[in-house]
Amino acid sequence: MQHVLNVAVGLLLDGLAYGMILFIISVGLSVTMGLMGFVNLAHGAFAMAGGYVTVTLMSALGVPFLPALAGAFVIVGAASVAFERLLYARLYRANELDQVLFSIGLVFMAIAAFTYFYGPAPRPIRVPAYLSGSVDLGFRTLPAYRVFMVAVGAALVAALWFGFERTSLGAKIRAAVDNRHMAQSVGIHVDRLFTMTFALGSGLAALGGGLAVNLLGLTPTFAIQYLVFFLIVVAVGGLGSIRGAVVAALVLGITDNAGKYLYPAGGAFFIYAATIALLLLRPAGLYGRD
Amino acid sequence: MAGTERSPGAAAEFLLRRHRWRPAEALPWLIAIGAYFAFPDYMALGTQILIGILFALSLDLILGYAGIVTLGHAAFFGTGAYAAGLLAARLGWGEPLSALLVAGACAALAGLVSGWVLLRYRGLTLLMLTLAAAIMLYELGNARADITGGFDGVTGIVVKPLFGRFQYDLYGHTYYLYALAVLFVMFLVARRIVYSPFGQALVGIRENLRRMQALGSPVHRRLVTIYTISAAMAGVAGGLFAQSNAFVTLSALGFERSATVLIMLILGGTGRLYGAFLGATIYMLLEDSLAKLSPEFWELGVGLVLVLTVLFARGGLLGLLEQAARRLRRWR
Repeated sequence: MQHVLNVAVGLLLDGLAYGMILFIISVGLSVTMGLMGFVNLAHGAFAMAGGYVTVTLMSALGVPFLPALAGAFVIVGAASVAFERLLYARLYRANELDQVLFSIGLVFMAIAAFTYFYGPAPRPIRVPAYLSGSVDLGFRTLPAYRVFMVAVGAALVAALWFGFERTSLGAKIRAAVDNRHMAQSVGIHVDRLFTMTFALGSGLAALGGGLAVNLLGLTPTFAIQYLVFFLIVVAVGGLGSIRGAVVAALVLGITDNAGKYLYPAGGAFFIYAATIALLLLRPAGLYGRD
Repeated sequence: MAGTERSPGAAAEFLLRRHRWRPAEALPWLIAIGAYFAFPDYMALGTQILIGILFALSLDLILGYAGIVTLGHAAFFGTGAYAAGLLAARLGWGEPLSALLVAGACAALAGLVSGWVLLRYRGLTLLMLTLAAAIMLYELGNARADITGGFDGVTGIVVKPLFGRFQYDLYGHTYYLYALAVLFVMFLVARRIVYSPFGQALVGIRENLRRMQALGSPVHRRLVTIYTISAAMAGVAGGLFAQSNAFVTLSALGFERSATVLIMLILGGTGRLYGAFLGATIYMLLEDSLAKLSPEFWELGVGLVLVLTVLFARGGLLGLLEQAARRLRRWR
């Protein structure tokens, strides 16, 4: 009985930590897709880049883990502005096919470039001692990094919720997601808003990528390996909905993790089946609007 | 109102004129036959190119003509490949043509069922649904490794001589001609479809869905019909793939294959029939020579070409050629 409980708690915590990573990476994609309807398959590339920036800052410049994560957030977020202004902005009015192809092309180029500079082998990361051991909660000891992941994720959820629901910037974004033309006609500069959101979303993806290295590993193919999961979080949660992204990411993280452990052969099958069933019933996702 | 009387005749005349064969259309076939004599050592590659063309052509029917954006077309290719492969390896059904028919029929059934359900949706939802459905099939194949052979694949596919008489040689000459003949038949079907009134209706749906619905066109039924035909064609391509390689692995179903065929078609040009020929040939020839040389630069190149195509050459290579021809004509 004790053993079953241990396994259950372990699976839940692993799943939560994994779900938090999915949330941190996907939430920016959800908001930018909700704003502009841009199908950006290259979002995973920003996460991958964030992982490499974190690792490089730590190993080459000796930056500690947490500042390196902040560095990844800032550097990738700033770099994404250039991409957005120079490339993405040309395709806002294009159809989905063009956007899909364009962003797949970007993913290929990103993977190739990072493979060229870093090689195809996984990059290790050395997390600080206080995160690599386990924490004693009195009644139970838990792996510290996963507890840290859940804490960071929860803090980000709270921060994003506050920013989205309680600040004027958040109100503008919500207005633009709901009705872009109306938002424009009441004087909201939607293009500039989008650039800011895009940078923030890419920065968050980079942060998630940096946090993910210790749990999921880091190779250049990270950009495409988890892409389907990011897309599932966005589509199932509903475009532009932070609440949807949280729910979808956590459910997906916990089920995928438990499925891999309890039923390794067919676990993934049920995730896709459930995704399809949900999208058939609610094409706009859990909290999306038609 | 002479106009209303004349217009049906004019429309029929327009369709007939487009349906008429142009001399240039013989070119790909002449090249294919010429390649048979000129490069006898490269018939294995040639066969794979012909299969790639057929697969890309099947995608062109739904993507280029009906405007259905799918990220899961490999599901049908893989279904056909596994159907033909399992028939030959497990049931000893080695007769190639009937096995191809079965492969096409299995894929058509998969297309009919999935299309009937999925094609009610559009946009991002449809994109996600096709993607998830194809990966689900992949995972199903992975979970049932007892049937599919998992990552090791189905081996021991023995194909009986074509028409009980033409043996397969080591260099794949017979397979090349066999694939070429199948491609030609399938191309005739595709050409017939896209120049028919049904094909025009599909283009109408692609260009303006709401208007077609307002006109009373049975949009969903038409989309499902072309989706099923396209799936069957992809299944036949998959069947050819299984027969000529004598093995099938899960990669026949994978996302990479869906993405690759999309890239080939985009490179050649969508909604043009011959875009599939040009795109698949160039992509696979380059892949054969460059991908081995330097995988990173190949991937970089593919990405770059995709980005440039979307930004500057919406019609693909064929579109560029058409533009150049138009310029030349104006200049003269």
